[in-house]
Amino acid sequence: MDTIQFILNGMMREALSPQTAAVAIAVIGLNIHFGFTGLLNMGQSGFMLLGAYGFAISISNGLPMILGILFGFGAAFIFALVLGAPTLKLRGDYLAIVTISAAEIIRYVGRSALLVDFTGSAQGIPGSQYTTGFRNLSFFGTGSFTLIPFNYTDVADGAAWVRIIGWIVAIAVIVLIVMRFRSGNAFKGLLQSAGMAGLLVFGVLLLFFLFPVPYQSTGVSGWWVRFVAWGLALLCTLVVFLLVRSPWGRLLRGIREDEDAIRSLGKNVFSIKMQALIIGGLFGALGGMVYVLSSSVQPDSMGRSLTFFCYTALLLGGAATIFGPVLGSVLFFAGRIGIKYTAAAYVPDSIMSNQQTEQFSYIVVGVALMLIVIFRPQGILGNKRELRFNV
Amino acid sequence: MRRGVAGLILALLLAPVLALISSGPASAVDTLCLPGPDKACIAGTIRTEDGPLADVKLTVTDEAGTATEVTTSETGKWNVQVEKEGPYVVKVDESTLPKDLVVDTGEVTVAAKFGVTKPALLTIRTADYSASTSKFDELVQSTVNGLRLGLLLALASVGLSLIYGTTGLSNFAHAEQVTLGGMLGYLLINQHGLGLWIGGLVVVILCAFTGWFQDRVLWQPLRRRGLGLTQMMIVTIGLSLALQYVYQYTVGARTVRVLQDNPSVREFGPVTITNQSIVAMVISVIVLAGVGYALLRTRIGRATRAVSDNPALASASGIDTDRVIRLVWTVAMGLAGLSGLLYALVTNGIKWDSGLQILLLLFAAVTLGGLGTAFGALIGAIIIGLVVELSPVLGMPGDFKYATALLILILLLLVRPQGLLGKPQRVG
Repeated sequence: MDTIQFILNGMMREALSPQTAAVAIAVIGLNIHFGFTGLLNMGQSGFMLLGAYGFAISISNGLPMILGILFGFGAAFIFALVLGAPTLKLRGDYLAIVTISAAEIIRYVGRSALLVDFTGSAQGIPGSQYTTGFRNLSFFGTGSFTLIPFNYTDVADGAAWVRIIGWIVAIAVIVLIVMRFRSGNAFKGLLQSAGMAGLLVFGVLLLFFLFPVPYQSTGVSGWWVRFVAWGLALLCTLVVFLLVRSPWGRLLRGIREDEDAIRSLGKNVFSIKMQALIIGGLFGALGGMVYVLSSSVQPDSMGRSLTFFCYTALLLGGAATIFGPVLGSVLFFAGRIGIKYTAAAYVPDSIMSNQQTEQFSYIVVGVALMLIVIFRPQGILGNKRELRFNV
Repeated sequence: MRRGVAGLILALLLAPVLALISSGPASAVDTLCLPGPDKACIAGTIRTEDGPLADVKLTVTDEAGTATEVTTSETGKWNVQVEKEGPYVVKVDESTLPKDLVVDTGEVTVAAKFGVTKPALLTIRTADYSASTSKFDELVQSTVNGLRLGLLLALASVGLSLIYGTTGLSNFAHAEQVTLGGMLGYLLINQHGLGLWIGGLVVVILCAFTGWFQDRVLWQPLRRRGLGLTQMMIVTIGLSLALQYVYQYTVGARTVRVLQDNPSVREFGPVTITNQSIVAMVISVIVLAGVGYALLRTRIGRATRAVSDNPALASASGIDTDRVIRLVWTVAMGLAGLSGLLYALVTNGIKWDSGLQILLLLFAAVTLGGLGTAFGALIGAIIIGLVVELSPVLGMPGDFKYATALLILILLLLVRPQGLLGKPQRVG
């Protein structure tokens, strides 16, 4: 029982982590590229790294935070223009190869010994150089707290049956929420929307009741960073929701389905693709800035693997859906930690050493990515009819 | 003693930085400097191309002129913690150096910053080591190295290009097949003591079998299911991730070698090259020529090119496309395995992510030559190999040699998107 509680607590911590939120934001951007427009951007980590560098380098050189954010976005904007101009007129594979190459170039340049005074080369820029201003903005005060003070230990001294019932209810609520989303009319009508929102809030509270996690209020990786990161993730979700409902959003889907049809309507396909690339890239840059808020800017932590993880998260949650990126990121990171902890707890050391559990979890990630694409390309929330795109 | 001049200079420059990054538990005896919010560190390693130098004294002087003295450890490492940000002058005390050493850079200025360890790069070399090789000699040596890399890349990228041509798939897991060749070489030849030639043959056959097997259980069923190419490409990404961590799981994160002993070296005028490299280049040329001959002259080779050109038409004219594709997968994976084995032999080892590092060079080679054209891939690979090895000689900073190759790819796509040998109508 305690082992299971330990594993689930670990998954909860990972799910709440600001880096999960950061990846979720980057995946939201990737969803605009890949999910809605059908652009095969394999360099989302490059956008993230540029955002992080723009943010961290300007602040550690004494510029105010707002300028740092603007520089981060500016770098990603220019990157998108430079990448898009030669490739958006070509077939999709070219965009994939050029974006992955360009993202790698950014990483090589970042870790070059020549730029050590700006980027700190391979060691990167430590968080202490640029996060002070952000932490000073916090109105959470000092000390530490759990999100809701009332948790399972307060009911019958945290007996096993309380937790088991709690877990069953939590699973039921999550399944219900997912089913409502999949039915596609989760937010139609005032009554349904209110019911859905209530269900979501109840689910979140229930999870906090079952897996209480204490953090510092404003520390390096405390509630303040988590609050801002998840707040931004939800805000981005809302922005994308509004964007894809607009006429512009319909054009994106149109380009994904049949580029020539849109062209024959007199639309400038190249320009719309470019806009999508830029907007998705800006989300990526924002994700990069959030990613480094609780750690440091390390070029090697934002390499190809991160882009591949973004794709796994996106396809898991469901490409071309509104909540897919957030759901996918949470499930991806929490699931990986769950696999790792489970393997560490139940597989004897003689078969799998502690270090091997980490690698084992990534093997599972790779295999899972293959299985999702083969057997459930629409992910958890997606609609199969929407995902017949091809480049 | 003119071994890889450019590489050596690069190694000397990067050694302190790399030493800092990799200063894990192995160097626990060294005193450690941890930078904090109001503390900065300056650190480095004093070494020649023969090894680290212990007990060398250095002085670190701040702007006000206050000097701190520090001595290098057993492993040649040193570090200083300072309480103020700003420029510091690091100077090596030449009287504490062993004899017969030449100091290239004995004094550097480092800008200390709180929370960071700044490296101070000092270069010292032995007297008989001549850094002043002529530019021409350097150029010749790098050209040979570039050709060597290019040939190895060509072995892998011809297969990648054939797979792309016949199935339309960009195989991201191709690089892991390259790693597989090296890893199997390590397991069979190094661990289980098979002879190099026999072991090498077994490695190539095993790798070719993985290609046959993959197509049998994975790619052919997926083609039959009508899975889109984008989706298939993401499947290859998943496969590549899984394979990488399988290598790390079984062999570990260290670099492993196929042969333990150091290879003997030959000199041809300005060029120094190991015997293994010569053999590797000869094997590559023979195998590539064989593949070229098969493609141009044999029945099955013509069928392959026909499928590559237009699968529907080839199928309609009685070619069994599935059989051709199966053969292409088998041959491509065998070539990739051979490339990995040779790569591990000539570069002194292979690591779980070695393939990942050359994946982009493979893609660059294939795209440069023209997606789907086998001979284009060959030319592209040679060009990429030469660019990677020659760019440091021609003035690019050494860190950027891979970046240069990728940059050339992007620039070429601007002017000639179909690649060197591609046909324009291939571009959608």
